[in-house]
Amino acid sequence: MAPRAAARLTTLGFGDVREYTAGKLDWLAAGLPTEGENSSRPRAGDVCRKDVATARLNEVRAPAAADTVVVDGNRVVLGLLRQGQESMTEGPSTFRPYVSIREMADYMKEHDLESAPITTSDGKLVGLLYRDDAVREADGCPDCVRKMI
Amino acid sequence: MAAEIDRTELQAQVARGAQLIEVLPAEEYAEDHLPGARSLPLRDIDRDTTSSIDRSRPVIVYCWDSA
Repeated sequence: MAPRAAARLTTLGFGDVREYTAGKLDWLAAGLPTEGENSSRPRAGDVCRKDVATARLNEVRAPAAADTVVVDGNRVVLGLLRQGQESMTEGPSTFRPYVSIREMADYMKEHDLESAPITTSDGKLVGLLYRDDAVREADGCPDCVRKMI
Repeated sequence: MAAEIDRTELQAQVARGAQLIEVLPAEEYAEDHLPGARSLPLRDIDRDTTSSIDRSRPVIVYCWDSA
């Protein structure tokens, strides 16, 4: 869309037109602030629990006493061991911190996800988002036009 | 063909007075847009809607991603 817009502006006589190719998604993924209705509403990264227990692969003890995110030395998520579970869920679905809490709540209900790790675009753990927290925080937030998942 | 820039270059150019324009539909602009950006949806771009944009300064357009 941006290349077409740039071409039209050039046709209309604009001499210096540039294109931010990676766009708004790239801006959000970098955690930079935005303006607009969503900027005052909670996002996945705001609501997730940052104090979630973590463990390295060789430290995992099952059954887990509490929900535990299994990470490598760079905090990249490898798996999720839920409280009481005997074995780790490998490669769980992860979500980015900028996703609106309304979209997260809807997605987690639809896909019956009890909790989901929130990670940066390079896979590092931000926190664990619980569906109950997401649903509660989404109460009153309108649905989003732009889907981010 | 417009010059393609990345996020770092965008921030530097905005600091020097470049004008930011989001070309997505207005509803998406209303939800989230880059600080200081104005909304000009692709299909609305014409001589009238661009009359208030300063032609003497650089213009940076963006949408959702590179698609």
